[in-house]
Amino acid sequence: MKDLAAPEAPTDTILVTDTGFCPGDGAEVLDLPADADRAALAAALTTNATIRVAFASFADGRGFTLARRLRQMGFAGRLRASGHVLADQYAMARRSGFDEVEIDAALAARQPEEQWRARADWQAHDHRSRLRAG
Amino acid sequence: MYRYNEFDRDFLAERNRQFRAQVERRIDGSLTEEEFKPLRLMNGLYLQLHAYMLRVAIPYGTLNSAQMRQLAYLAERWDKGYGHFTTRQNIQYNWPRLSDVPDMLDALAEVGLHAIQTSGNTIRNVTADHFAGAAADEVADPRPVAELIRQWSTDHPEFQFMPRKFKFAITGAPNDRAVTAAHDIGLRIVERGGEIGYTVLVGGGLGRTPMIGKVLAEFIPAEDLLPYLEATVAVWNAIGRRDNKFKARIKILVHEVGLDALRAEVEEEFTLRKPLYAGGRDVALLEEIAGHFAPPEFETTPTETYDAAYASDPVFRSWADTNLAPHRADGYAIVTVSLKKQGDTPGDATADQMRVMADLAERYAHDELRISHEQNVILPHVHKRHLPAIHAALKAAGLATANIGLVSDIIACPGMDYCALATARSIPVAQQIATRFDELKLEHEIGPLKIKISGCINACGHHHVGHIGILGLDRAGVENYQITLGGDGTEDAVIGTRTGPGFAYDEIVGAVETILKTYLSLREDPSETFLQTCRRLGIAPFKAALYPEAKTRAA
Ligand code: HEM
Ligand code: SF4
Repeated sequence: MKDLAAPEAPTDTILVTDTGFCPGDGAEVLDLPADADRAALAAALTTNATIRVAFASFADGRGFTLARRLRQMGFAGRLRASGHVLADQYAMARRSGFDEVEIDAALAARQPEEQWRARADWQAHDHRSRLRAG
Repeated sequence: MYRYNEFDRDFLAERNRQFRAQVERRIDGSLTEEEFKPLRLMNGLYLQLHAYMLRVAIPYGTLNSAQMRQLAYLAERWDKGYGHFTTRQNIQYNWPRLSDVPDMLDALAEVGLHAIQTSGNTIRNVTADHFAGAAADEVADPRPVAELIRQWSTDHPEFQFMPRKFKFAITGAPNDRAVTAAHDIGLRIVERGGEIGYTVLVGGGLGRTPMIGKVLAEFIPAEDLLPYLEATVAVWNAIGRRDNKFKARIKILVHEVGLDALRAEVEEEFTLRKPLYAGGRDVALLEEIAGHFAPPEFETTPTETYDAAYASDPVFRSWADTNLAPHRADGYAIVTVSLKKQGDTPGDATADQMRVMADLAERYAHDELRISHEQNVILPHVHKRHLPAIHAALKAAGLATANIGLVSDIIACPGMDYCALATARSIPVAQQIATRFDELKLEHEIGPLKIKISGCINACGHHHVGHIGILGLDRAGVENYQITLGGDGTEDAVIGTRTGPGFAYDEIVGAVETILKTYLSLREDPSETFLQTCRRLGIAPFKAALYPEAKTRAA
């Protein structure tokens, strides 16, 4: 898998975490497309890089299921949703197993930091937290 | 009745606060129109032909009187004084203003109601048998598990941007009153060696590609239910088609990959999902919820007032004969209040009528109401001694129409009168058929009959499973109505068969009359229903009556 992982090109993307915006950190990434199948996910499990799942459109929710699958398959490393993800989807991304979201500068300007911070409490008001083990 | 706890109340308040902010963020440009659209849809706000429409969920069709009064209040305060009950146990308000919607949602939350996931590419309101908890033929009340599924699917992080909408229906009785075979997933509660479990049907649906659901799993025990459902929806979310919205429903996936291959995928996914729910908290919650649905304490008093009215009052008797169903407790009945008065819009109720029904439920019926997918309102637990008083009150409110299950108890979608997608009118066709058979005084003679009308191929009126189905199309700018016969939405679900060329708007009522007069002349005796005659003889004799010129040509 190593050869698929490449250092992140310096871009003006922004990472969003529970604490808000921070610039891209140049971590090594392994890219997975939204249509990655089970075999592709299994092959990615051993990576030390951040797995980055592409969201071509906010309306395409496949990436959420990919993240949950990777977690259920045992992936414990960093998991990033990248592309057209809305602030309104931040809690969904976190609850599906992503650690962070990567957006471009234009989206960050249109949906500024406080709109994302408003969903940093994603652990609250979660129906499934009352149903699931642990 | 499920009673909200603190978690539920906080969740809803937070969700409504988020939606209020989303409306503001749409206005300030943070959200584009394209981005706002799915967010408003997942909160029940639809854009219709003339205005916005707010679709409020009535989970598994169950309401108490306070909730019904609040629905009346919304109709009066923010709409034109009425609401429309739909075939999926929702109520729709056809005229709200966008800026009022957050206040409407807050008003709903006051009584534990919401509009979440009544629209959009999400898991929709879970529907259930409208006689649940009251029917004589029930294995178990389906509402606790419907409520569990409501909680599990609400705001489910993976399932808010799916290929298309996804609908669940559940029945706890062998007589399927919830049309489970016409849903993306249909659940049937079954008992095996003393254990309660669920038969899972997948891939049913009507619309432009009608399909009857197939058995994905014969028996899923309670502790596996949520992971199994989650696995099924996740598989479809990952590989269901997103290139063409008409091919996006799970029924197409079933068709394209095959039932066995899909089952293997689901089972593989299930092994991934099962550990998520290994703690048994889902089963514990189901048991807790079941406690909320404990049956009321049924009284054992005499039914003389009922017996006397039945013997002496023919109007009451006729209503009792059509609008009551057997209850499992002695001395009780299930009352169906018809929202199908001949000439009115099927499923519409005014705010005053809603209040009358709420008052009756509170006073006489253990404070419970139901909405049926047949667009009527039900008082599920009524002691028979109250029936004369209830009938009198309903009569005064224009709600005592004695037509349940008969010709004029028609399901009709909004059609051209409200819907942007419509290719023909459907409500006026329903009104004219009902009025015509009322004039002919043939309604009771004809007996049990389900007519269902859709104003376009999307089939919101379930025409495929109507004994007589009517589909309104547009043929070169002219309305044209196709007829199907022999459809059935029960446990023996069947898609109806098309009779042949369609009929013009001014011919369709006559065509229905021809079909029913043919039935009356062909039935073996009055106990043979229209559907039975249809099954015995096929559609040939009806075709011959509908298209006499074709016969002459062939002869
Ligand atoms: C007026 C606004 C409405 C619009 C624009 C609308 C639109 C649609 C569309 C596009 C579909 C097809 C879905 C598909 O093929 O995947 C559909 C299906 C459906 N609609 Fe509506 N609808 C409306 C109102 C209603 C109402 C008022 C009802 C209830 C009386 C209803 C009940 C249904 C049902 C039950 C289906 C499912 C058919 C199936 O199983 O595929 N709709 N609707
Ligand atoms: S069947 Fe067609 S006309 Fe009727 S409500 Fe559905 S989309 Fe509209």
